[in-house]
Amino acid sequence: MESRLRLFLLNGLLLAAVIVMAPGCSRVALTEDPRGANPVIEPEVDRREIRRARIDSENLEVGAYVGFMSVEDFGSNTVYGARLAYHITEGLFAEATYGQTDAGKTSFETLSGSVELLTPDQRKFKYYDLSIGYNLLPGEVFIGRNRAFNSALYVVLGAGSTEFGGDNLFTVTYGAGYRVLLTDWLSAHVMVRDHVFRTDLLGEDKTAHNIEFVLGLGVFF
Amino acid sequence: MRNTLLLAALVFFGSVTPGYGKTDHYVVVVTEPFLELHTGPGRGYPKFHVVDRGEQVEVLKRRTDWFKVRTERGVQGWASREQLSLTSEPDGVPAQIVAASRQDYQDRRWEAGVMVGDFGGADVLAGYGAFHLNRNLSLELWGSDLSGRFSSGWMINANVVHQPWPEWRISPFVTLGTGVIRVEPQATLVVTPDRSDQLAHAGAGLRMHIARRFMLRAEYKGYVVFTSRDENEVIDEWKAGFAFFF
Repeated sequence: MESRLRLFLLNGLLLAAVIVMAPGCSRVALTEDPRGANPVIEPEVDRREIRRARIDSENLEVGAYVGFMSVEDFGSNTVYGARLAYHITEGLFAEATYGQTDAGKTSFETLSGSVELLTPDQRKFKYYDLSIGYNLLPGEVFIGRNRAFNSALYVVLGAGSTEFGGDNLFTVTYGAGYRVLLTDWLSAHVMVRDHVFRTDLLGEDKTAHNIEFVLGLGVFF
Repeated sequence: MRNTLLLAALVFFGSVTPGYGKTDHYVVVVTEPFLELHTGPGRGYPKFHVVDRGEQVEVLKRRTDWFKVRTERGVQGWASREQLSLTSEPDGVPAQIVAASRQDYQDRRWEAGVMVGDFGGADVLAGYGAFHLNRNLSLELWGSDLSGRFSSGWMINANVVHQPWPEWRISPFVTLGTGVIRVEPQATLVVTPDRSDQLAHAGAGLRMHIARRFMLRAEYKGYVVFTSRDENEVIDEWKAGFAFFF
């Protein structure tokens, strides 16, 4: 009696196991096609190799410039710098610039003869800026009858840091420039930029405007 | 003589006529009634040439959303992305010329940006680069320039950013990171020693996709500076700026 009950339970368990396993088993059975190893029709289609040539994107412009910079109260001197621009849209670009110049003497230093307000090292005027620019007036310029160059009048606004007189000064810059594309990849620039910061170098706290006028060349890549 | 000319012509046109795979440039066929060529990469530049349907053009280079192309006859000009995206490859597949869309924005890998703001009373100018591990998580490296009234300095930070809803146009994020700060007193003031300290920060902010590759970003970060003194210093930073992805 006991053994019959056990057999009955065992059978029930087996049945349940078969029902649960069945879907899995049948799937296994289906995939094991007896012809699987040698299909009737051999596909002889060669996979076509698609190699798409890349389109060269030239949105970066790297360049250098040289010109004059007037450091407020410290005269004007030659400035030279480097510039990197990324053209985001046909109008908008982001720009990073680094430049340096030597500040001259204040009129007080010149008149008094022997007074030196700054050490030679502190007279080095170094700045960097990160700006956003907009090609306000794009256009074409013509030289002679047969030559046309693409050009743009652009404006820039940015912020940066100036190292001068032993201080690091938070600087706001704004300006305008004119760019002529001599070829598709070579650009010539004329730029005017004002670097504005607050300084107390000469005793009183004041806003100093430092205007630079530069000529530059750039290469697109 | 005629043969030489023919040969020269063959060589010449052979180099210009872009058979698929024969040239290093991407080649498309005009499938709309025409493709307009401008003299420069901008909507204002005059149209000077029209490429007819069925003609092939080589795509020489891209600048923002403009493409410099060369026709079978050797005419070079700039075509807009809108028009060029309606062409097809020589085998009929639509041309693979797409704008940086919202999809690209969500799937962006690299991102860089610039922000300005206020760091506990000092002016801060910061730049960053970010690498996106997936749509939600990204790693960032920051360099910040600090200019205060009495001191200046710089800061370098690394942080993890989590963006819970990357598909939103204005999408919030939270961030957690660590770094170092160096503070130097201004030269015109009494000399105090320079300080380099470690710091940790947590913050939150918003990103807004404006167009194409361009976005705006604003954020708050709370910094804890582990000073060599007994007390830690807590500094609030608010800043805003722009960023682009590539």
